[in-house]
Amino acid sequence: MQERVKAKAIELLESGVCDRVLGWKAGEFFYDVTPAVFTSREEIEKEFVFGPFCGANMSKYLIAESRKEGKKVGAFLKPCDTYSFQQLQKEHRIWRENVYAVGVQCEGMCDIEALKAAGIKGILGAEGSGDTLTVHTLYGDKSVERKAVLAERCACCKSKKLLGCDEIVGEQGEELESARFEQVAKLEAMTPDERFAFWRGELSRCIRCNACRNVCPACSCEKCVFDNPNSGIENKAASNSFEENLFHIIRAFHVAGRCTDCGECSRVCPQHIPLHLLNRKFIKDINELYGEYQAGADMDTRPPLMNFQMDDPEPSVVHERGSDQ
Amino acid sequence: MQKIGVFVCWCGSNIAATVDVQAVSDALAKEPGVVFSTNYQYMCSQAGQDMIQEKIREFGLTGVVVCSCSPRMHETTFRKTCEKAGLNPYMVEIANIREQCSWIHKDKETGTEKAIILGRAAIAKVQLNAPLTAGQSPVVKRALVIGGGIAGIQTALDIADAGFPVDIVETKPTIGGKMTQIDKTFPTLDCAACILTPKMVDAAQNENINILSYSEVEAVKGFVGNFSVTIRRKARFVDETKCTGCGLCTEKCPQKKVPNEFNLGLDNRRAIYIPFAQAVPKVATIDPNYCTMLKTGKCGVCSKVCTAGAIDYQQKDELIEREYGAIVAATGFNPISMDKFDEFAYSQSPDVVTSLEFERLMNAAGPTGGTLLRPSDGTHPHTLVFVQCVGSRCDGGEKGKPYCSKICCMYTAKHAMLTREKYPDTDVYVFYIDVRTPGKNFDEFYRRAVEEYGVHYIKGMVGKVVPENGKLKVQASDLLGGQQLHIDADMVVLAAAIEPDKSARPLATMLTASMDTNDFFTEAHPKLRPVESPTAGVFLSGACQGPKDIPETVAQAGAAASKVIGLLVKDHLTCNPCVASSNEMMCNGCSACEKVCPYGAITYIDKDFRGPNRTTLRRRVAQVNPAVCQGCGACTVACPSGAMDLKGFSNAQIMAEVDAICK
Repeated sequence: MQERVKAKAIELLESGVCDRVLGWKAGEFFYDVTPAVFTSREEIEKEFVFGPFCGANMSKYLIAESRKEGKKVGAFLKPCDTYSFQQLQKEHRIWRENVYAVGVQCEGMCDIEALKAAGIKGILGAEGSGDTLTVHTLYGDKSVERKAVLAERCACCKSKKLLGCDEIVGEQGEELESARFEQVAKLEAMTPDERFAFWRGELSRCIRCNACRNVCPACSCEKCVFDNPNSGIENKAASNSFEENLFHIIRAFHVAGRCTDCGECSRVCPQHIPLHLLNRKFIKDINELYGEYQAGADMDTRPPLMNFQMDDPEPSVVHERGSDQ
Repeated sequence: MQKIGVFVCWCGSNIAATVDVQAVSDALAKEPGVVFSTNYQYMCSQAGQDMIQEKIREFGLTGVVVCSCSPRMHETTFRKTCEKAGLNPYMVEIANIREQCSWIHKDKETGTEKAIILGRAAIAKVQLNAPLTAGQSPVVKRALVIGGGIAGIQTALDIADAGFPVDIVETKPTIGGKMTQIDKTFPTLDCAACILTPKMVDAAQNENINILSYSEVEAVKGFVGNFSVTIRRKARFVDETKCTGCGLCTEKCPQKKVPNEFNLGLDNRRAIYIPFAQAVPKVATIDPNYCTMLKTGKCGVCSKVCTAGAIDYQQKDELIEREYGAIVAATGFNPISMDKFDEFAYSQSPDVVTSLEFERLMNAAGPTGGTLLRPSDGTHPHTLVFVQCVGSRCDGGEKGKPYCSKICCMYTAKHAMLTREKYPDTDVYVFYIDVRTPGKNFDEFYRRAVEEYGVHYIKGMVGKVVPENGKLKVQASDLLGGQQLHIDADMVVLAAAIEPDKSARPLATMLTASMDTNDFFTEAHPKLRPVESPTAGVFLSGACQGPKDIPETVAQAGAAASKVIGLLVKDHLTCNPCVASSNEMMCNGCSACEKVCPYGAITYIDKDFRGPNRTTLRRRVAQVNPAVCQGCGACTVACPSGAMDLKGFSNAQIMAEVDAICK
């Protein structure tokens, strides 16, 4: 797959469709693959990678890239990235006419922590497609089952469907039956005190590095409310010892109904806080209260939280339901 | 820091009985920014108002808090009071310590405590108030009436008589609406056409009225005083300016088998047609679904016989765009489909008809020339059964409508009476749930049907109608007699419920006017503003707002016209300054506000901003039209960036109030 993607990137540049291509390149370590803009065949041949650690969602970078002058920007998007891509178009953030979108089928991205936890030592690299990964280590190559080392978000992948692309590399996929709400259901089953303790435990580790906010495709405000002294929110998030808790809860409210559940927030969190669970709780609630809704799945439906229908539940219903749990 | 004066009203004993007003004014005197605090028996009295004005001058107050009744009552009073004393009227805040406090608390201690908290919140808000000035917008002095039935005609005539130009847009080839199909009108039994056609002619001759028949509203932009409307003039394949309405083409057209919608399909018309003799405008129209020339390119008979040369097979739909100051919705009603009521055998026997079909069967211009004959075999019916509330007052709303269609009791009495009058040899039964005949001379009319004309009124519903050997076997219950009835009827007439015309829903979306669950337009206030839509500049006339008979429709049409005239005489409209505005530096153009705006007040523009290093950044930003915005605040809540704010009710002000309450 890597070779096909690279070839497509070179083709886009050399055919003159694009003057730059958004893709992935290896970072300091083989597993911290970073997004990058490529402008020449040489760069692509040397640095472009596409493998089991290319988790970064490219759609958010298109907000800035699609507004630049010049030819189109080529972008490689995995299925879950295409949901964000469409959602951002619905919000008029990406200028679609300046983007050439190439959908890339994805076999699920891996988590380096899972590899380490599997007891593999001295890891130098990992590659491969299909069910088995080849891990290069100081002690020789080892093979490991992909399923065992998938990132949580990929283990419960919601869809392999590539949406709204100009062209597709690999097979078009389908929406999947996903068990992604199981963890949320577990949290809902807790008593309020248990749940409070759980989130205190998780959120108190936050160092307010803002990585979650910066990577989130739904967090695309010109000026974030947390950076705006007039918003009245800055000092709410800073009051008492609840600072971090409120930051994440306010953020989850802000992206509610627009979050596509791409899971980037949890991927980039240096403290491994399962932030995506907050968003998933909102998605689950929206599905249950207003009917199934997947943000970014199409270009024309109105999001339930921005719409009014006569059969919407009354606020009292929402309130009662909330107090049950 | 503001200099705030607090004025606590006793409202006689309304407030003072359950709130210690002295304690409230003493406590609020200690709030930051308060330089004067007092209480008085009736703050809205002249003496109370004089005191407020005197204190504004004496202390140089910059903000005023009145703790009194609901702002719905006296906010305007106190704003005017303060304006006269030189204070901006929007520097006044009302703390509602009557409806929301003294009236709902029995215990004086809790009442007093709550009054202090409410006062504190108002003070916190005034601290952040800024003077607001109302803007102005011009008014286009022309009205649009959508729908050319009796409601639309009457509204247009009244507006035109006041000297303003009016356009009537009617989707059918002629104006006149449902009333043209009705035979006689209750309770006077005068002929519908005789009273309607003079009005149609009036409308056609009035210099201020422009009739756009066979046309539809395609798009509506703009706001009160400044609507811009796109109207589709459907191709009728006849040049309106040349056609003389002689009708020769409608006699010669070889395509004779087109169901005649004017007679509800009870007979046929030609592919080129004039709906009825008194049509306005009296111009032929070609039905493109049936015309052989338009479908196959072979025929052209009408073109050959037309001496005026009016036939134009090449005609295309035309889009015109016009400006209007006010729009009146008069889209009317239709009887509901009888598909779901097969127990009455409507689809099985042509002798089961709806009441509107019955009107045509009784009408001199109808398919039978006014003689009542059975559609199945053209014989004279001897036993007629009328069924009321078919689809009206249905529980659950699955099958029919939950509401009463209001007109059926009266027209059924009319039908029964006319049948007995013309054909004394008939037996007429009317089955009803209730007979509802409020209205001038209405109940007398119904009693005449029973007492003088011997119509059999039976309380109970018809359960089943079965066609058998040319008869209709009617099985019904007589609730008062406590028995099942079996009647061999010759005809069954169903009083079908009425529903708003299907065009109303898309029109409401275009107008951003609200509708109820039954697709009737909603009024701005069900009692006090019955002919205005909540959307400014949009007015309601006739049955599109709710079931109505003709006298009511005409009354409401006149009322809507007077509201339109009241708007059009103004050169400028004063806007409400408490409107939303977007901070362009923070707006990211996501459209969330536009999606939730019920008034269509928000649009987007691409605007250039200065970026770093002398660059220019083009960004999509929201713009609020202050003349359309009603200040509901939905956008301020939806905006993820906090770029939207409502003047006079800013997020900061509301948070300050909440903080003051939670202190």
